[in-house]
Amino acid sequence: MFVSYKWLQEYVDLSGVTAEELAQKVTKSGIEVEGVEVLNEGIMGVVIGYILEREQHPNADKLSKCLVDIGGEQPIQIICGAKNVAKGQKVAVATVGAVLPGNFKIKKAKLRGEESNGMICSLQELGMEGKIIPKEYSEGIFVFPADAPVGTDAIELLNRDDAVLELGLTPNRADCLSMLGVAYEVAAILNREVKLPQIDLNPAQEKASDYIKINVEAKEDNPLYVAKVIKNVKIGPSPLWMQTRLMSAGIRPHNNVVDITNYILLEYGQPLHAFDYDRLGSKEILVRRAKEGETIQTLDDVNRTLTSDHLVITNGDEPVAIAGVMGGANSEVTSDTTTVLLESAYFNGGTVRKASKDHGLRSEASARFEKGVDPNRVRPAGDRAAYLMAKYANGEVLEGSVEVDTLTIQPSVVSITLEKINRVLGMNLSVNEVKDIFDRLQFEVSLDQERITVTVPTRRGDITIEEDLIEEVARLYGYDNIPKTLPIGSTTPGKLSDYQKKRRVVRRYLEGAGLYQATTYSLTSEDKVSQYALEDREPIRLAMPMSEDRSMLRQSIVPQLLEALKYNSARKNDSLGVYETGAVFLSNGQDVQPDEEEHVAAAITGIWHSHLWQGEKKSVDFFVLKGIVEGLFNKLGFTEKVAYVQAKMDGMHPGRTAEIQFAGERIGFIGQIHPSVQKELDLKETFAFELKLKTVLEAENGPLQYVAIPRFPSMTRDIALVVDIETVSSQLKEIIFTTGAPLLKEVTVFDLYEGEHMEEGKKSIAFSLNYLDPERTLTDEEVTKVHEKVLEALKDKAGAVLRG
Amino acid sequence: MQEQLKELQTAAIQKVEQSANLKELNEVRVAYLGKKSPITEVLRGMGKLSAGERPKMGALVNEVRERITEKIEQKQKELEDAAVFEKLASETIDVTLPGRPLKEGNHHPLTKIIEEIEDLFIGMGYQVAEGPEVEQDYYNFEALNLPKGHPARDMQDSFYITEEILLRTHTSPVQARTMEKNKGKGPIKIICPGKVYRRDNDDATHSHQFMQIEGLVVGENIRMSDLKGTLEVFAKKMFGKDREIRLRPSFFPFTEPSVEMDISCKICGGTGCSVCKKTGWIEILGAGMVHPNVLEMAGYDSKKYTGFAFGMGPERIAMLKYGVDDIRHFYTNDVRFLKQFSAHE
Ligand SMILES: [Zn+2]
Repeated sequence: MFVSYKWLQEYVDLSGVTAEELAQKVTKSGIEVEGVEVLNEGIMGVVIGYILEREQHPNADKLSKCLVDIGGEQPIQIICGAKNVAKGQKVAVATVGAVLPGNFKIKKAKLRGEESNGMICSLQELGMEGKIIPKEYSEGIFVFPADAPVGTDAIELLNRDDAVLELGLTPNRADCLSMLGVAYEVAAILNREVKLPQIDLNPAQEKASDYIKINVEAKEDNPLYVAKVIKNVKIGPSPLWMQTRLMSAGIRPHNNVVDITNYILLEYGQPLHAFDYDRLGSKEILVRRAKEGETIQTLDDVNRTLTSDHLVITNGDEPVAIAGVMGGANSEVTSDTTTVLLESAYFNGGTVRKASKDHGLRSEASARFEKGVDPNRVRPAGDRAAYLMAKYANGEVLEGSVEVDTLTIQPSVVSITLEKINRVLGMNLSVNEVKDIFDRLQFEVSLDQERITVTVPTRRGDITIEEDLIEEVARLYGYDNIPKTLPIGSTTPGKLSDYQKKRRVVRRYLEGAGLYQATTYSLTSEDKVSQYALEDREPIRLAMPMSEDRSMLRQSIVPQLLEALKYNSARKNDSLGVYETGAVFLSNGQDVQPDEEEHVAAAITGIWHSHLWQGEKKSVDFFVLKGIVEGLFNKLGFTEKVAYVQAKMDGMHPGRTAEIQFAGERIGFIGQIHPSVQKELDLKETFAFELKLKTVLEAENGPLQYVAIPRFPSMTRDIALVVDIETVSSQLKEIIFTTGAPLLKEVTVFDLYEGEHMEEGKKSIAFSLNYLDPERTLTDEEVTKVHEKVLEALKDKAGAVLRG
Repeated sequence: MQEQLKELQTAAIQKVEQSANLKELNEVRVAYLGKKSPITEVLRGMGKLSAGERPKMGALVNEVRERITEKIEQKQKELEDAAVFEKLASETIDVTLPGRPLKEGNHHPLTKIIEEIEDLFIGMGYQVAEGPEVEQDYYNFEALNLPKGHPARDMQDSFYITEEILLRTHTSPVQARTMEKNKGKGPIKIICPGKVYRRDNDDATHSHQFMQIEGLVVGENIRMSDLKGTLEVFAKKMFGKDREIRLRPSFFPFTEPSVEMDISCKICGGTGCSVCKKTGWIEILGAGMVHPNVLEMAGYDSKKYTGFAFGMGPERIAMLKYGVDDIRHFYTNDVRFLKQFSAHE
């Protein structure tokens, strides 16, 4: 809502309060003023001139030579390029020495050999936007009414010596979508009176009811319809003051009748519609839901197909308007209109909203209906419009109105105690302080001891409960005056849950391991949604995505991380590790919330470690990443529960991928991204893992328990085994452990050899076995005995022989 | 003989002093203290002395030997130290060369902000509550006093999956769920961080996915002044002791009264600059007293219980705190961006 400071003064005395000060006060008490535009900023020296003579410029086809009276001793000569300049016009003249917006200084000039002592201005040149300028002047200079006094300040006449406050209205304050609503608000803030607009109807003998009958079929959609008839109107421009006020609010003037309906919309917040009575084609208005497939050509010359969701105004037969949204072309007011049927109605917000949304027609009118107009302004708004049409369009207002009224809205009565107000705010106000605030708002108050009963005018439909009254008190008393305290009474212990604590541990660990935490989008594309998913579930699609790239909910995080690596790689950061913890989404079918599983994933690429001047350089490989995962499980105390099993997976290297098992259950994967995918993303060798973090963090890991540091020496035996190339180390390790127990405490792989000097299909793998008895020193014979058993088992179960 | 010994001692000490290295010193040792040394010779010749002279002479010989030995040891230490020093000198490195870097990542700036806020409120007795990102219309809107068709639903155009299921547009449904779970009983003191989604085109100031942190306190005597006090503690800890706060009336369907909190602009100190749009104040968060409808719908007696709630955007806070100028930076994961948030403030 744009509020002209000068116009607002018509309803509230603003003396002693500048526009800037007013903006601050209004913001502080509840309605954010998003900006104050000073309309005449940077403009000086523009006066009304009268064009005494106009002739063709002798040397230029497109220029005119004008002799202009600007109220000085002598008329001045001005060369003008506007097409519509003509003798006898009153125009805005920027005289020599004048300044126009953009610091444009007017100087004496010679144009194609002819002297020019100023400039005749268009409204654009005076800083106004093209879209609000009346159509006939949008391509040329603006022509003032004939009575504009020569030599006076044109800016003042255009009401540009003004400032406009731009209000950022929250949905509850639809009352301030009108000058009157703003006036009540400002009056309450400043503790001043509201002056209501003038209505002075002098009706004709004829009755409106002889001209029109109103029927409302859809009473829920339209509980109140008021029609007035104005005869003998003369369509022409509206008065300049009205045009300038419309323009200050961002509305383009058209003609007197249309301008008056728009003016009332701004003044009362009540949208009106003017029909050309003679073009209605009947003497009847019927308000009903549209028939399926019914059509109407609206004012903007678009043919629109309607459904039974839409409310229409008809002439008893065919639609002449979409109620509250836009009129029909068939009954539009034109320059030939002589009789106006004026509609002032209360339409249901939801119904208007549906139609405006379906047809993509959001207008000043529909916005107000949607948020709810004041039912008690429907009649005065119509009356005031009729009065203005009589005054400024030469009209004759017929006696009475024709109405259908089934409206039941009553002012709401809300009662509250002083104690409650003070308790909720944490303050200590007196009854009189509270009453004073409601008085300023012009709410009716009755007091019974400390019980305050407030009758809220219908213009403030947002106030229905006690808390709404508390807010009125708080905002007008001033939030600055509320004390600062902290909650008292019983409290809760502040802490993170175990899960949240462990999640932080995971994050810190991964960061310490050299990974950057990424934050990626949950929405992804159809081709990425199921890539690397750990479960085979139906992907979830948005009903109305904004783009295909962000149309489905991710089932895995790895694709997003690869995207991040690609982004960085393309910017010369091709050695990097990233991780993310976050939800993946697994459908449970239509209309049911999906499972949201928290996962952790990481991806690493390029050089992992380099210290160049020492000749150190290590690329990422499977075991770099596996080390990180192992460390993670170690950190969480789960090392024993985890196993890595060779696996195949779409998008992963077929020989370098493992499934990660947790207590025997598959909870993730780790491996190299398939080289073809790497190539597609333009990445170097890249490794990734993804884990069901939720499963891991929810698992019990038992308390930490100290194990005594051995007091007796352990014994180490190293063995190098020759095995089939397919034999995996974990299998050998298990054999060693099971047969070596309980003396065997630790097994470490310390060498791996494949290739030359090895028999075809064989490899050598070396282990270091550590034997220990915590109670005593082991003898050589004891260890040898167990060790022999281990070697035997390795031979029997895995065909492993000692390397000669 | 005595004379002879004195001479030997003087000569030996002189030779020790002259030794340039351990080898020479050893030669001196052999020459004067070895089996064939002149001193040993003197000892051998002692047989010829009278029984009375023998002890005296023996003591003298021993004394000479000791003096020489002492000198040799002293010299040996000197020579050894010199050798060590020489060796170490040859091991000198250029200490200005770069060290071997530790592989180190760090947390995302939004995590940094969120954890900071979490910890701040945990210190004030709050717990951290979380909830689903894909929500039921009921918890996202209806339970928060936003019935179907409510005009305020327009404020946050949402991503629906079906008519009843959508991506949450705020973290407020976690509040509704927590209240429901507490079955009409207090006290509740939670903060709810998490991802939220709205139908916005991604640009410098909008993101279709972003973070939110909301707080909720419900109890039998929670006042608006408690909200104001709590927000002030938060603002001063988060933005600096010298920041002032200001509450401005606002509107949210789930709170009544509703306010917005501004903090005084750090850049200009309140006199007005481009960052604060010449107002001297910067908008930080929305808050208010929990709407009685919200309390009642979650099973609380709104005559007995009151509460306050507040909500803020970690992106906005990070942008203000670190001077980040484009919200998209938080989601492109450019390492040149991520790297900058590792230092502890
Ligand atoms: Zn500032």
